Amino acid sequence: MPSLDIRNLCVSIGDKPILKDFSLSLPKGEVHAIMGPNGTGKSTLAKALAGHEDYTITGGEVFLDGEPLLGLEPDARAKLGLFLAFQYPCEIPGVSIANFLRAATQARLPEGQEVAAVEFYKKLHAKMDALKMDRKFTARSLNEGFSGGERKRCEILQMMMLEPKYAIMDETDSGLDIDALKIVSQGVNLMRGPELGVLVITHYQRLLDYIVPDKVHVMWDGRIVKSGGKELAFELEAKGYDWVSKELAPVTKS
Amino acid sequence: MDQATQLEIDREKGNFRYETDYAFDAGVGLSPATIDYIAEVKGEAPWVREFRHKALNIFESKPMPTHWATKDLEAINFSKIRYYLSQGQKPSRSWDDVPVDIKKTFERLGIPEQERKFLAGVEAQFDSEAAYSRMKEGLSKLGVIFVGPTEGLKEHEEIFRPWFGKVIPTGDNKFSALNSAVFSGGSFIYVPKGVKVKQPLQAYFRINAENFGQFERTLIIADEGAEVTYMEGCTAPKFETATLHSAVVELVALKGAKIQYITVQNWSNNVFNLVTKRGLAHEESEIRWIDCNIGSRLTMKYPGVILKGRRARGEVLSIALANDGQHQDTGAKMIHAADETTSNIIAKSISVGKGRSTYRGLVQIPKHLKNCKNNTECDALLINANSRTDTYPAITVRGEGNSVQHEASVSKVSAEQIFYMRSRGLSEAAAMSLSVNGFINDLVREFPMEYSVELKRLIELEMEGSVG
Repeated sequence: MPSLDIRNLCVSIGDKPILKDFSLSLPKGEVHAIMGPNGTGKSTLAKALAGHEDYTITGGEVFLDGEPLLGLEPDARAKLGLFLAFQYPCEIPGVSIANFLRAATQARLPEGQEVAAVEFYKKLHAKMDALKMDRKFTARSLNEGFSGGERKRCEILQMMMLEPKYAIMDETDSGLDIDALKIVSQGVNLMRGPELGVLVITHYQRLLDYIVPDKVHVMWDGRIVKSGGKELAFELEAKGYDWVSKELAPVTKS
Repeated sequence: MDQATQLEIDREKGNFRYETDYAFDAGVGLSPATIDYIAEVKGEAPWVREFRHKALNIFESKPMPTHWATKDLEAINFSKIRYYLSQGQKPSRSWDDVPVDIKKTFERLGIPEQERKFLAGVEAQFDSEAAYSRMKEGLSKLGVIFVGPTEGLKEHEEIFRPWFGKVIPTGDNKFSALNSAVFSGGSFIYVPKGVKVKQPLQAYFRINAENFGQFERTLIIADEGAEVTYMEGCTAPKFETATLHSAVVELVALKGAKIQYITVQNWSNNVFNLVTKRGLAHEESEIRWIDCNIGSRLTMKYPGVILKGRRARGEVLSIALANDGQHQDTGAKMIHAADETTSNIIAKSISVGKGRSTYRGLVQIPKHLKNCKNNTECDALLINANSRTDTYPAITVRGEGNSVQHEASVSKVSAEQIFYMRSRGLSEAAAMSLSVNGFINDLVREFPMEYSVELKRLIELEMEGSVG
């Protein structure tokens, strides 16, 4: 079955190991949530999968639908169908959302082929309507002066336009009020289907009320210590992360 | 973007050369004999010859401006340069009559094609003289004059002589004096009262010979209420030795006239480009310089406007890109000399690799004037850790009721920005050129379509291989 398959991944920042033998298989068509307290390596997982150069891979393998991902440049990973919704999307002054998405769309076309402008804008406007975004929004510079909610909505818009096979959402709920959270979740739910695998990284259970996961994984000290159904999120919410550190972590360490 | 208007010009496009025989050659080095040779060949009036000789004396008496400018100027060896090279003095009116090797060059640069597409007139200069010059017939019927300086000073002395050397006096600086001594080629344009030339007039300056100096001289006069846009493009092949380009451009906008002067410079990296450009704006007139400096070893150029009449407006929009081994020393001058005059300067520079960009600005509003305004913005973008930028704004505003606004910024394209764009599928070079284009985006919007497309393409090509 097609999947994003992470096997025994070890990642360091500088000399410090962060991910330790991390394994996870995300089948296409499913939504998995990774939960865990701050500092367990959730964002490291997201950045390392996307190919950020500050994260050194010291072991393990990752396959996207059978294709080895590690060692590829970040843009090559994106073109294979990987998408990272950033926790803190950065500002690109002077580059409008429309131009940026057009360039990203162009980058996916074979050499010599040009983006068809009319269809591009038709699609863009439809996706914006779904996210309740003002049409004027596309003329604004990417993330420049955006509120937290606008940034996250813009990430989801990019995801809808680029149609990845696997999306990693790194703390997408951080900095969102409840209305923005609903809109963003609605966008993800619209895309949900047999052609997309989603990895939702979150600190809180709250987001999972809106994006209901097929599976929940609890992360601690660079690896998954417990996996289960969506009810695991409620258990975690009820018992708190102390439960993870006291009961789950020691078991797996031995 | 409309595909039909894209110009296929890139940084390497000018890097070729066909062997050429020159019928006229002033030899190597500069002396009074060089000047007599040029004046003789052109059949100039005695007053022009005298103007040249005086200029040579001024040039020789002036020191190199290395006390404020770069020491790299000392690398120019004036005694090794050839000052005049041509195949003849009369430009052809038809591409068919242009000598074959010269025609091949301009065809390869796409000039005849551009003329057909969107220009009202073209002049194509090859080393010292224009090989081709032609304007749409309708314009000559309206009284528009578009010729070279030799013809301009000979056939239309009454129009051009009163302004020749008046906006930029010979002794303005060492290189304006050099140009005044040996000038050849360039455009002399007169637009009569009330005539609005809708399509741009264009000149293309091509350096073909090694150890050569190109010294074109341009004078554009827009009579009362007239309007004209002039564009210039420049290329040269890459030589082992330094090449010198030193032009003087004077603009005169009479009451209510509008002149827009656009430069897209794409010199090879061995060219010393030392150019003096200034406009004189009379009452309610407008002079606008749009200046893009890409390429060259050293460019020193500070387009200026003297705001002489009430409510005159001056503007300089400038973009400079300095790559490895290049120094773009550019800026603007705004001299306010009447009430209610306004000026606007927006300068953006990009330094890539070991490239260096310098902004020098001069804004003067004297005490006795009222309701004058200046706005200056200069922004620098540094691409690599070893890139360099310097800013020297000099703003002198006296008196009350005049207002000045000045903003400056220096920014860097961060690794996080590049990673963000690459995570969406853009290559490193595409990400870099997108952010550079974003940096200059608000300025490029002011350009005519044909040139903004060309400029974006040039920048993309410059950015390739600049990262890592």
